[in-house]
Amino acid sequence: MADVNRGNRPLSPHIQIYRPQLNSMTSILNRITGIAMLGSALLVVWWLVAAATGPEYFATVDWLMTSFIGDLIMTLSVLALWYHTLGGVRHLVWDMGLGLETDDSDKMGWGIIIGSFALTFLTIIAI
Amino acid sequence: MALMTDRKRVIGLGSAKSGTDHFWKTTVTSVALLVIVPMFLFSFGPLLGEPHEDVVAALGRPFPAVSAALMLIVGFYHFRLGIQVVIEDYVQGLARKIAIIVMACLSYGLMALGLVSLAQIAL
Repeated sequence: MADVNRGNRPLSPHIQIYRPQLNSMTSILNRITGIAMLGSALLVVWWLVAAATGPEYFATVDWLMTSFIGDLIMTLSVLALWYHTLGGVRHLVWDMGLGLETDDSDKMGWGIIIGSFALTFLTIIAI
Repeated sequence: MALMTDRKRVIGLGSAKSGTDHFWKTTVTSVALLVIVPMFLFSFGPLLGEPHEDVVAALGRPFPAVSAALMLIVGFYHFRLGIQVVIEDYVQGLARKIAIIVMACLSYGLMALGLVSLAQIAL
């Protein structure tokens, strides 16, 4: 009797024919931000290697990291970091069996989007 | 219909042979990162653009050094777990195995590179 529901489980939505909505978009974005932060991590490790190597090499890498493009990448990295963090918190809430209704998920979705921008703004001011 | 109880099915720990181990490790590291990420952000952020000697001095102190070390260890481990799930979703066959191995090497390699650099600065 244990196998009654095997093979009759809900399927994942097929991405090409699935109407975009907040829940799927925030979920996809959580994955994208997670992958994108490999780039940020690469830059931070490079900066650490440069700091360990010596003042001259450090000056070059540090200049790159604080140039206009460097600042832009770091700002977007912070945004991705906060987004992924808040998205992760939503997953922890879901794992406790809370907020699984569409309305609650949507509220948390907007919370993630607005919250990540707010936290990024605060981080830039604080640093 | 197989004559098998729920218990019998989980005895082999599922198709991955490790049960919910991967999921649980991701969860534990995510909770740890909730503390580590702000620690790292506010100790590393102000150092960007500072002179070399100030950066070396700062990373020689315990709190910034520990924040950076934890960020490297837990962060890259969390990434290594997460990227494997992504690869398993989109890549099949041999390419899947190669991609998982490459990303594992990259994650641990960058972690080691960061930690060694940090040790050279801090010590």
